[in-house]
Amino acid sequence: MNLVVVLACVAALLIAAVLGAATARTRACTPIVYGMSLAACGIALVAALAQLLSNAATPTLVLPLTLPWLGAHFRIDALAAFFLVVVDLGGGAASLFALGYGTHEEAPQRVLPFYPAFLAAMNLVVIADDAFTFLLCWEFMSLTSWALVMAHHRDADNRRAGFIYLVMASFGTFALMLCFGLLAGPSGGYAFEVMRAGQHGPLIAALVLTLALLGAGSKAGLIPLHVWLPLAHPAAPSHVSALMSGVMTKVAVYGFIRIVLDLLGAPNWWSSMAVLAIAGITTVMGVLYALMQHDLKRLLAYHTVENIGIVFIGLGLAMGFKANAMPFAAALALTAALFHVFNHSLFKSLLFFGAGSVLTATGERDMEHLGGLIHRMPCAAFAFLVGCVAISALPPLNGFVSEWLTFQAILLSPAVTQWGLKILVPGVGALLALSAALAAACFVKAYGVTFLGRPRTPVAAQAKETDRFSLTAMFGLAALCLLAGILPGFVIDALAPVSQTLIGSRMPVQASDPWLSIVPIAASRSSYDGLLVFVFIGLAGLIAAWAIHTFASRAIRRSAAWDCGTPDPSPLTQYTAASFAQPIRRVYGTLAFRARERVEMPPPGDPRPAVLHVSLRDLVWDWCYAPIEGSIATTAGYLNQYQFLTIRKYLSVVFGLLILLLLVLAIWL
Amino acid sequence: MALIHDLAVQFAQMLIVLALAPGLVGLVRKVKARLTRRRGASILQPYRDLSRLIRKDVVLAENASWLFRVAPYLIFAATWVAAALVPTFATGIEFNWAADLIAIIALLGSARFFLALAGMDVGTSFGGIGSSREVMIASLAEPAMLMTVFTLALIAGSTQLSTIAAFMNSPAVGLSVSLGLALFALIIVAIAENARIPVDNPATHLELTMVHEAMVLEYSGRHLALIELASALKLLLYISLIACIFAPWGMAGAQADFAALTLGAAAYLIKLAIAGVLLAVFETAIAKMRVFRVPQFIGAALMLGLLGTLLRFVSGSF
Repeated sequence: MNLVVVLACVAALLIAAVLGAATARTRACTPIVYGMSLAACGIALVAALAQLLSNAATPTLVLPLTLPWLGAHFRIDALAAFFLVVVDLGGGAASLFALGYGTHEEAPQRVLPFYPAFLAAMNLVVIADDAFTFLLCWEFMSLTSWALVMAHHRDADNRRAGFIYLVMASFGTFALMLCFGLLAGPSGGYAFEVMRAGQHGPLIAALVLTLALLGAGSKAGLIPLHVWLPLAHPAAPSHVSALMSGVMTKVAVYGFIRIVLDLLGAPNWWSSMAVLAIAGITTVMGVLYALMQHDLKRLLAYHTVENIGIVFIGLGLAMGFKANAMPFAAALALTAALFHVFNHSLFKSLLFFGAGSVLTATGERDMEHLGGLIHRMPCAAFAFLVGCVAISALPPLNGFVSEWLTFQAILLSPAVTQWGLKILVPGVGALLALSAALAAACFVKAYGVTFLGRPRTPVAAQAKETDRFSLTAMFGLAALCLLAGILPGFVIDALAPVSQTLIGSRMPVQASDPWLSIVPIAASRSSYDGLLVFVFIGLAGLIAAWAIHTFASRAIRRSAAWDCGTPDPSPLTQYTAASFAQPIRRVYGTLAFRARERVEMPPPGDPRPAVLHVSLRDLVWDWCYAPIEGSIATTAGYLNQYQFLTIRKYLSVVFGLLILLLLVLAIWL
Repeated sequence: MALIHDLAVQFAQMLIVLALAPGLVGLVRKVKARLTRRRGASILQPYRDLSRLIRKDVVLAENASWLFRVAPYLIFAATWVAAALVPTFATGIEFNWAADLIAIIALLGSARFFLALAGMDVGTSFGGIGSSREVMIASLAEPAMLMTVFTLALIAGSTQLSTIAAFMNSPAVGLSVSLGLALFALIIVAIAENARIPVDNPATHLELTMVHEAMVLEYSGRHLALIELASALKLLLYISLIACIFAPWGMAGAQADFAALTLGAAAYLIKLAIAGVLLAVFETAIAKMRVFRVPQFIGAALMLGLLGTLLRFVSGSF
């Protein structure tokens, strides 16, 4: 029943896409398409929640589509139901936001047909139950999102982003295709059911893991496959950026979990080492990249890379524990990863909505041109602040809970038996701790430069509050961030069926713990109560405010800023995004980005101002992609001369080739 | 009955930390003054300062937003809650399970997050410099602290502070390398987090050296009082933390009677006084570092913490 509902919603989304294509130039089209998307996502969300919470039998369905001898298999198990919730919650919020935001779109005909199709594709990937349907929907998802990235194609940067995205997406699908090929084996059973039953040797397992990391990892944004992500996510319209960052990366995580934890069978311990090492590097490098940005949307996109790293740390730990026959620890690590998936889809969508509101209000994405928006856009600024606190993993909001669970999982890992894991895991823990602190720095910068201080340009000084639909979507997500933070036990319990199916074990029931606290292992070992912490902070703050206002003073005078007695009226004397990040750039960037600073000081008597030059190198690009790019260019340049030969030379080339082939054949046979 | 007992202990703890925190700051200042052959203000001076500040008008910068006005209350509340959850004179406090050690550190992180934002709010260059340096220092101090917590958690088998304290007070614990590394790392972190010399000078208004003072430069009146109180609480919290882990002697256990509680309180006062004097001696003996030397100082703590954790992962006997 739930599966049929979801498929009907997908059909409705596809109809909305056709409708969008047919009537995109009319005015009524925008609310109709986004309204239909909202309704479809809402219904699908209810169906997915019902499936996840009810513990009903797993619905399956085979439709006579795609390959005639295979058919299109669909199935919603607990894992698919959870990711359906993530997809449709994010999709619904984005559609609601777009009801307001979409009216500012300059070229709606480039967005409206693809947006519902993109949503439909993500839904289909999650419920697909055979490799062919999965890959078809995956590619459909890539192409529709590519079309959305190219919506503003007149900008050369966006065209470059679209090109790189297309190359990386094709590469990813190619890797996944090989991966499924290996899983299916020579007999070629492409239904997931058949793959799950198959046995795989260690060589095949290693190859499948590598290909899954390449295929799903490139879509999720694991370093060094992340290069397209910070270009493509900001290029799309903001509600699509939110979907790509908040939801599509999660579909990629789903793909990885499905292949590695479900289809591949029992994991090896060394496979978890590979995942953990990549995830640890991704986490820290992602947030360091984010800290160096001054484009708000690009900062958010880079920060997605960090969060994907955190999710993969959880998954790597789960694989390691599962290989060591520690089911409770594996369930804890997997739950932490999935909880972070859910959390990240909430706050990253919220933050991209905020960035979109700023973009609509000012036309600016560059933080160096913003400032002081908290005065002009108070509601949007408040919602954005909630998102910033949540993503910085600060209690009592939700980001903290999932990182806390990941830390608890790390603390269980001395019990593993392999030395490689024993030495790697503390290092990964240190990287995770480092990234948590750097994330807070990153969002102090993002919020402080964009929303606080004084406006740096006239557009920032004249910004207007964003519309009601956008605000509703943002406040809805902010409320969910708070709820998931103070009542984490319910989320953990809802995730129990997923770990039950994948690991064969689950975390203890949390909802019955006193005071709604969460106790992952045992009460004497660790516990956390978001609700009480929230209530305590609220009470302590209120008591302090009440006592001081009643018994002491409540008078306020306004005056010029003090600034050690020498305030400067120019807003340019404020700290900028670049100057805020300067200490961190010097501490970490010298190593990570080869950051160099050079001051060009004019000679005495010369009135020209001194100039500070900062150079940063993207080592991943320089080491991994620049050689590939260079060799392709060299080869192409070399082959280019064969384009301009005389007819005699062409004929001799053809003749030579024929002789060569005949020789090869003669020797071979 | 047990619940009432624990609630009473919890309540007493909340009031004690609030009452003692300014006194600790006064003690440190007094000892520092005596060490530099000045007479120094009375130990009670911070109390007088606070009561004067909360009665004064607040002078707000013209473009200060609501965040600037709310932040002091949030900072104070988060720090107070964190300080109330660290066992001081008794381990059996009612709500210790609400937040383990990781959560307590994260609560301090929340307070710092809002302080750094408040520094950026008015849009002055001093506020920015303070926030920017503060987050740089925190980006190393927080992971160093977490690695220390990992070491302790692996030794005691728990991240619950009261369990750790009870374990440290039991004969099960012996001398170990990782414990020593954790103590060193924790002290470095405590110095950095509380803006003490050599990382930051709490008694300066010189732009080259200030971090914490630069962030709160625009604050006045009751807002400033709350922030000062919060930083005093934070100092008290770190000292209590070090005391309850590395010097848990005399602490009253769960369900202790009145005599044990009194003894615990007396022991706690002595520990605070010793720690305050040691801090003052250390601060007087050492010079302030350049800002870009600080990462090496705190980086050492991070490496010590990591080493301690690694040793525990490798073998339970280190």
